[in-house]
Amino acid sequence: MNALSCKLCSFWSSSIGKKTVVALTGIVLLLFLPGHLIGNLLFFLGPDSINAYGIFLHELGHGAVIWIARFTLLACLIAHVVATIQLVRQNKAARETQYACKATVTATRSSRLMIWSGLTILFFIIFHILHYTVRIAYDFDGPAFQTMLDGHQTLNIHQMMLVGFSNGPVTIFYIIAITCLCSHLSHGVSSVFQTLGLRTEKSASAITAFGNLYAFAIWAGFLSMPIAILFFGVGK
Amino acid sequence: MANLNLTLKVWRQARPGDAGSIETYDAKDIPEEASFLEMLDIVNERLIPAGGDPIHFDHDCREGICGACSLTINGVPHGPEGGITTCQLHMRKFKDGDTIWIEPFRAKAFPVIKDLVVDRSAFDRIIESGGYISVRTGSAPDAHAILVPKEAADASFEAAACIGCGACVAACKNASAMLFVSAKASHLNHLPQGQPEKHERVLAMVKTMDNEGFGNCTNQYECEAVCPKEISADNIAKLNRDYSAAKSHDAVV
Amino acid sequence: MTLDSNIPAGPLGQKWTKHKMDSKLINPANKRKFNIIVVGSGLAGGAAAATLSELGYNVKCFCYQDSPRRAHSIAAQGGINAAKNYQNDGDSVYRLFYDTLKGGDFRSREANVHRLSEVSLNIIDQCVAQGVPFAREYGGLLDNRSFGGAQVKRTFYSRGQTGQQLLIGCYQALAKEISGGNVEMFPRTEMLDLVVVDGHSKGIIVRDLVTGEVTSHAADAVILATGGYGNVFYLSTNAMGCNVMAAYRAHKRGALFANPCYTQIHPTCIPVSGDYQSKLTLMSESLRNDGRIWVPKSKETAEKIRKGELKAKDVAEEDRDYYLERKYPAFGNLCPRDIASRSAKQVCDDGRGVAPSGKGVYLDFEQPISVQGQQAIAAKYGNLFQMYEKISGDNPYETPMQIYPAVHYTMGGLWVDYNLMSNIPGLHVLGEANFSDHGANRLGASALMQGLADGYFVIPTTIANYLATQTPGSVTTDHPEFKRCRDEVKDRVSTLLQIRGKRTVDSFHRELGLQIWDNCGMARTPETLNAALKRIPEIRDEFWANVNVTGTGKELNMELEKAGRVADFLEFGELLCHDALDRAESCGGHFRADHQFTEDDEEVKDGRTQPGEAKRHDDKFSYVAAWEHNGTGKAPILHKEDLVFENVAPSIRSYK
Repeated sequence: MNALSCKLCSFWSSSIGKKTVVALTGIVLLLFLPGHLIGNLLFFLGPDSINAYGIFLHELGHGAVIWIARFTLLACLIAHVVATIQLVRQNKAARETQYACKATVTATRSSRLMIWSGLTILFFIIFHILHYTVRIAYDFDGPAFQTMLDGHQTLNIHQMMLVGFSNGPVTIFYIIAITCLCSHLSHGVSSVFQTLGLRTEKSASAITAFGNLYAFAIWAGFLSMPIAILFFGVGK
Repeated sequence: MANLNLTLKVWRQARPGDAGSIETYDAKDIPEEASFLEMLDIVNERLIPAGGDPIHFDHDCREGICGACSLTINGVPHGPEGGITTCQLHMRKFKDGDTIWIEPFRAKAFPVIKDLVVDRSAFDRIIESGGYISVRTGSAPDAHAILVPKEAADASFEAAACIGCGACVAACKNASAMLFVSAKASHLNHLPQGQPEKHERVLAMVKTMDNEGFGNCTNQYECEAVCPKEISADNIAKLNRDYSAAKSHDAVV
Repeated sequence: MTLDSNIPAGPLGQKWTKHKMDSKLINPANKRKFNIIVVGSGLAGGAAAATLSELGYNVKCFCYQDSPRRAHSIAAQGGINAAKNYQNDGDSVYRLFYDTLKGGDFRSREANVHRLSEVSLNIIDQCVAQGVPFAREYGGLLDNRSFGGAQVKRTFYSRGQTGQQLLIGCYQALAKEISGGNVEMFPRTEMLDLVVVDGHSKGIIVRDLVTGEVTSHAADAVILATGGYGNVFYLSTNAMGCNVMAAYRAHKRGALFANPCYTQIHPTCIPVSGDYQSKLTLMSESLRNDGRIWVPKSKETAEKIRKGELKAKDVAEEDRDYYLERKYPAFGNLCPRDIASRSAKQVCDDGRGVAPSGKGVYLDFEQPISVQGQQAIAAKYGNLFQMYEKISGDNPYETPMQIYPAVHYTMGGLWVDYNLMSNIPGLHVLGEANFSDHGANRLGASALMQGLADGYFVIPTTIANYLATQTPGSVTTDHPEFKRCRDEVKDRVSTLLQIRGKRTVDSFHRELGLQIWDNCGMARTPETLNAALKRIPEIRDEFWANVNVTGTGKELNMELEKAGRVADFLEFGELLCHDALDRAESCGGHFRADHQFTEDDEEVKDGRTQPGEAKRHDDKFSYVAAWEHNGTGKAPILHKEDLVFENVAPSIRSYK
């Protein structure tokens, strides 16, 4: 190993270094969410909009961009998850005997549930990718999921969403996962600022408010589709 | 001036490594003007003639500055009041008939020595690894040769007010020592005198902190909430910043 | 025995410079061969251990606390004096020297006090370089305030936590040396005896407070920096663990104890509220800058207040006695500590105290709040008011604080010469543990100065004068004297554990403290002192017959620790009373009610002072009383070191 990779290893193995990794990868994942959400919200504009968006993504940069994005996101996700799991294990080890009388003064519920909300989101992501991207959890290969757009045959994303969110258990899991995501973000967003050293007492309330607003916006946006489909029959 | 009748649930442990357990004691007729530690004194004064082993707890100055006292009271280090140490907590804050849980500051890095007494020498080792400015006695220039902006001096003082009691570790869900370490780093890093060793200091102290078995900060601010000197979590943000800067400097320069 | 103070010859201002030049040097290669033991890790001990280690000596440092950072120097609030004259208000090394000597009621050595004053300059430089965050002005310069009635602003401070900040600076310097391997630190370790070999101090016996193990440590020189003995009064502003054991053990091994009767009572502490009380809390003296001290004029009104039938607010202005303003119009509420304390005692003895116990006076902020506004008062004293409310439950913005004097600092200590070496060669004593610099009364903001002066600047130079005469490592723990001392210590521990009587250690300590406070406290007479001298041995005998020390000696046993300390206080208390009885005069912190000015004195008639003030007898008592131990329960032997004043003629201390 050369000197620089040595330094990177020691950064990774330190508590602050690892948390910095969590924060930086968290930022990438945070930036992904609004993009993904805006794309999905095209659902409400009808099949052609969202299907065209699908084609656009797949063809951007001769198809390279989506793969670069996928690998970046995957790498960040793995780093984020591995680092946090290691940190949590260290945290558990740091207090062998628990208090008989437990109390919390100020820590928010969501901050205390980060690992559980995080793991739920992780399972959801795996399911979500298998569901819609790899499409092995549900058979979207039939002709019902093909459509014609500008004279080309293409995947009918609109129809996939309709079918996917018409399934009760899938939708309930989706709602639970997105709610966990909201909880995760409500602590995670403001936490990024603290870990990267950008939070001060003066800016704390603004940062917390921003984090909560961000979390709520993501929650409301992602839940709008399944609720619209399942309860209001939108798009059918 | 009413007197209180209380039930105490106290952690008793004869020696390091023993199992230990919660024992129940009646604390009857406790004057509400008494401090929390004086309440324990009274309980001990009654335990001894009855042939019992007095409850051991750390304490010294009993005026909130030495940092020796270290009880977790009803799950909260230094008790429910905020901004004070256990020795400054008075019984008038409790009600007649209350049950009070008294446990040691819990952390793997703070092993129990006996009852409520814990070993906090990990903090000393952190300071020894870099929490100082290297200046030999007699080698200092005139005090006015170093101008320090008032803002920097005040920020440094706010951080230096830390009494090293360990409540931050005890309160943290992860038993992290970040508030303690960051307070010391801030104290010295805010000052011009502290600049030459800034990077080494931060790297060495964090390394020792990690090696001592403290947990990691998850930005929940329990530490700040229980700190008897109300040390700000801003110091943690600054330490995070300083650490990344020091690591970058170390890697590149 | 002749006491040679070893004060260098020559003009006052050049003595220290000349002494440094004349002091022996030890070459760097040899320093490594010398081992030095430092007991105590406060400002004096910590500073000495760090500095001696920097110089190259091998140092072992011991403290009873779990960390050197918790030594009781940490509790000093006000500040530290230095003759920097940064305010350009006429201060100088000589003026600080003069004020300190006068403040000490002309019972200290001129040469020592002048050295302290000189060295004060270096202390501030050193502390700033270490990163002590002293208060600053907007221009970045250090701020100063006037403290304890001084006419110049020479006090450097860090809000109300100056002691803490200085100690942390010192602790960090020590931590650096510990990590460098030159200092071996022994926290939670208590010195139980001094080992004297062939007349020289060559080591100590200690007990590891966690494991109970008793071990021997040999060295070429021993330094005691173990603080004062204020806890002989049981209730004091000292930390619970502060004790006289190390100094008293040394005393029993032959070291002379000087001026034990000089004890300082601080006027502004929170009054005692009950028998269970373990400790008295100091409220910063700065409160007297604005607060007005009063009690009701009549006993009947005071009685009603004590019973809770009447509130302070209900007492009309004309029924209040602002007794300090009345008696000392020039200084008013800001008169020196001993005078303010004694006056509070007088009005309470007169039946006009306002605390439920009868021992308390009001410190009232009603007028300053109405004149300056609540905000201005909160800006100055907000923290203190908050602290008072937490402890007492009363809000000082609405009802006056109650205060009463409490034991705070002890000027007496082991006798040392100019090199800070006791009469036992090799045994050096620093800080509050020695007697040297404050005379009969210490001025505010001078304790921190003395501790650091001794530790950082004096002992590193003067210890070489002793070490140069020694062969390093000449005595090891194999010497039979170590075994003998260790056995004695072990015997004492097991004796304490075997008594298994009926009374707790604390009950004895409380009883002793009450005896000393009532009979040898703020006002002493031959009658009270003789009463104490009769009673203390009785308490001591009962202690050794009827104390109940629980647990074993092989574990953390805080009852055992306390028992050892109280056992020594029970002997030391007697020494204190002997000294107070011998000193048939009043000076500084030692007030003999049978030696005060009356209407008949010339000094009162010509207006230099007033009735009731302390009356010194320079013709008879201008000496240091250094006591030699003569066996437990036997009267100690007095040795006198005459105080010679070549530069300042002693005068009457007047604050009229």
